[in-house]
Amino acid sequence: MSDNLTLPAPQGTSGTPADALLEVKGLTKHFPIYGGFPIKRRVGAVQAVDGIDLTVGVGESVGLVGESGCGKSTTGRLITRLLEPTAGSITYAGQDITHASRRQIAPVRSEIQMIFQDPYSSLNPRQTVGSIIKSPMEVNGIEPEGGREKKVRELLELVGLNPEHYNRFPHEFSGGQRQRIGVARALALNPKLIVADEPVSALDVSIQAQVVNLLQEVQRELGIAFLFIAHDLAVVRHFSQRVAVMYLGKVVEVGDRESIYNRPRHPYTHALLSAVPEVGVDSEAADRERIRLSGDVPSPIHPPSGCRFRTRCWKAQDKCATEEPPLVQLSGNGDGHLTACHFPEDPTTGSRGDDIVMDPALMAMEEGDTPEA
Amino acid sequence: MSSPAKAEGSGPSVALEPELEPVPEPAKGETTLEGRSPGQLMWQRFKRDRTGVVCAATVILYFVIALAAPLLTKLSGTDPYTLYGQDPTYQDSPVLDDFGLPLGYFGGLSGSHWFGVEPQYGRDVFAMLVYGMRTSLFMAVGITVLMMVTGIVLGLIGGYFGGRTDYWIGRVTDFFLAFPQQLFFIAFMPVVTAFFVDPREETPTYLRAVAMLIVLWLLGWMGMARLVRSTVLSLREREFVEAAKVSGASPWRIVRKEILPNVVTPILVQFTYTLPSTILTIAFLSFAGVGFVEPTPDWGRLFANGAKYTEQDPAFLFFPGLALVIFVLAFNLLGDSVRDAFDPKSGR
Ligand SMILES: Nc1ncnc2c1ncn2[C@@H]1O[C@H](COP(=O)(O)OP(=O)(O)OP(=O)(O)O)[C@@H](O)[C@H]1O
Ligand code: SF4
Ligand SMILES: [Mg+2]
Repeated sequence: MSDNLTLPAPQGTSGTPADALLEVKGLTKHFPIYGGFPIKRRVGAVQAVDGIDLTVGVGESVGLVGESGCGKSTTGRLITRLLEPTAGSITYAGQDITHASRRQIAPVRSEIQMIFQDPYSSLNPRQTVGSIIKSPMEVNGIEPEGGREKKVRELLELVGLNPEHYNRFPHEFSGGQRQRIGVARALALNPKLIVADEPVSALDVSIQAQVVNLLQEVQRELGIAFLFIAHDLAVVRHFSQRVAVMYLGKVVEVGDRESIYNRPRHPYTHALLSAVPEVGVDSEAADRERIRLSGDVPSPIHPPSGCRFRTRCWKAQDKCATEEPPLVQLSGNGDGHLTACHFPEDPTTGSRGDDIVMDPALMAMEEGDTPEA
Repeated sequence: MSSPAKAEGSGPSVALEPELEPVPEPAKGETTLEGRSPGQLMWQRFKRDRTGVVCAATVILYFVIALAAPLLTKLSGTDPYTLYGQDPTYQDSPVLDDFGLPLGYFGGLSGSHWFGVEPQYGRDVFAMLVYGMRTSLFMAVGITVLMMVTGIVLGLIGGYFGGRTDYWIGRVTDFFLAFPQQLFFIAFMPVVTAFFVDPREETPTYLRAVAMLIVLWLLGWMGMARLVRSTVLSLREREFVEAAKVSGASPWRIVRKEILPNVVTPILVQFTYTLPSTILTIAFLSFAGVGFVEPTPDWGRLFANGAKYTEQDPAFLFFPGLALVIFVLAFNLLGDSVRDAFDPKSGR
């Protein structure tokens, strides 16, 4: 219905090719599955990431959101070159780094850093905080003025830790403090882009906000571009200028924060948004639509044909099974707001007449509840 | 550099965890101890373990005795080679009776022969024992270190690089594991020795030692390789290794700085279990007649001789046997204590 009204990819918004720091095109990662006896053969592939396009501008913070298992971490690891892409291209500051070897990538290696999800496994338990943070500088032969140790102390202070903790070991810190150490390590090389893979989801809710605040400060003050990976829209809400929503290895909707949070078009984005807990006025919360998705993300080994979301979509029609919806700008969308859906939702998050409850069990429960209430 | 942490210290909503104030993790007592490395913590836990400390002292004592064997025999005034029962020099102080059995109580205990004498030849048991321990311990340490180093190197390579390398190292490991060890020790020892010297000639002692070293080493490194490989496999997936990769570290640096320090624990524990078993294996070889032979003093050879004399002189085996039992027991208990100290959650 909206096919003929679509516009070409955005130009002129933040993240235009002119000031793009990182450009990802058609990025694909298929993990092969081997099986068979006695001779092992390739019997299939986990299509963890399947042709995603993404742009991160200089100093821009982009959120990457999606359910567990939809390929967010894989995307992050591809961008930091921890994994070898199956197809597609990664361009950093105009330089193609898609298949660059360790030596080839060396000049820009220090500019792309990563913050990891698990603060307990991301710090070597046998090294002091000092040597953990110093290590990247040693590897890259960086000799800051005043010495590396001084720089480490500065970094510790920057992330809100006591510089005197230089000689302590990771096991002496709490989860939040460890994550700060991870941030300091990522900052040690003065990076231009940081991929943060769910940096707070392993933390206590009360500490999450502190770490997100720290990252936000770092991002603003040091002008570092962020690719912030999260599994719900709540965490990235205040952090990201642009948000990309992923589902089963594909980007289904991308746009600036305004568009995604206030005028989402893709049914999956609507579902994710309705799961965001609204802290604020009660009346407003009551106004919002309620969507409960049923089941889990389908297996990325045999993703559904056509639109990958169709097995859980309440608007799915025959066309969705046969034709894959392209990621395009729909009529009524702002610049740079792209959606991959044949039958998009209205650009609102207001409540509709009926709640959408996709789970039959949940439905039965809710119906049973109503008379009593 | 400006500090954002400080820049917005005013807002109460952004209460950045200020300092390393309490914020202790529940159920982790160690967090309150300050500035201690995991190694130091381990040492502290170990010191609290009385069995461990006693066993460590015992083991150290054995090594001291082995090292000081020449001094000790000087004290006792005996040596392991002299045949006190047959040597005419000692005719005025006979140690054996007419049947070749030790005079006196319990295998011939006396002021000059502290642990008695050997029937038939009258050699001094004390001197033979301390020198025998020396042979066994030195051999065992050498062999164990070789086995460890081989296992660690192969395990690190296989575990870290994975893929084809790992596959082939794994197959080679399986191949060596498939040998029936005891049988091959016995079968191969003469082969290896014959490799160096003509079987018709006398084999020098050092060549026997080298042959044992080679055979035990070749058939003994697999356990270590497997252990290190599996540990490295799990470490390789840890995020701190990925962090090192993201910073551009070379594989060699990652293995050396990130992985190796984390496999020290299992290596050390494995070492304390392997050493006593190597000693037993060496003793077994000598006992079976393919290890050290007369007159080289050796623990295993003492047992082989002891077996001959048990009917007439059961006391002969008492001291060497007791020494071996205590040593192996102490070393194994020490291994348990080391493991507990490293990993307080495992065991008991
Ligand atoms: N090394 C691998 N080999 C095979 N399959 C993999 C590998 N790494 C990830 N996968 C698969 O790829 C898919 C995407 O994984 P990924 O870790 O990127 O998800 P995610 O979005 O980060 O999820 P989460 O929120 O749980 O971290 C999953 O189905 C996962 O099982
Ligand atoms: S394309 Fe069809 S199945 Fe996919 S989200 Fe849109 S309506 Fe749902
Ligand atoms: Mg993940």
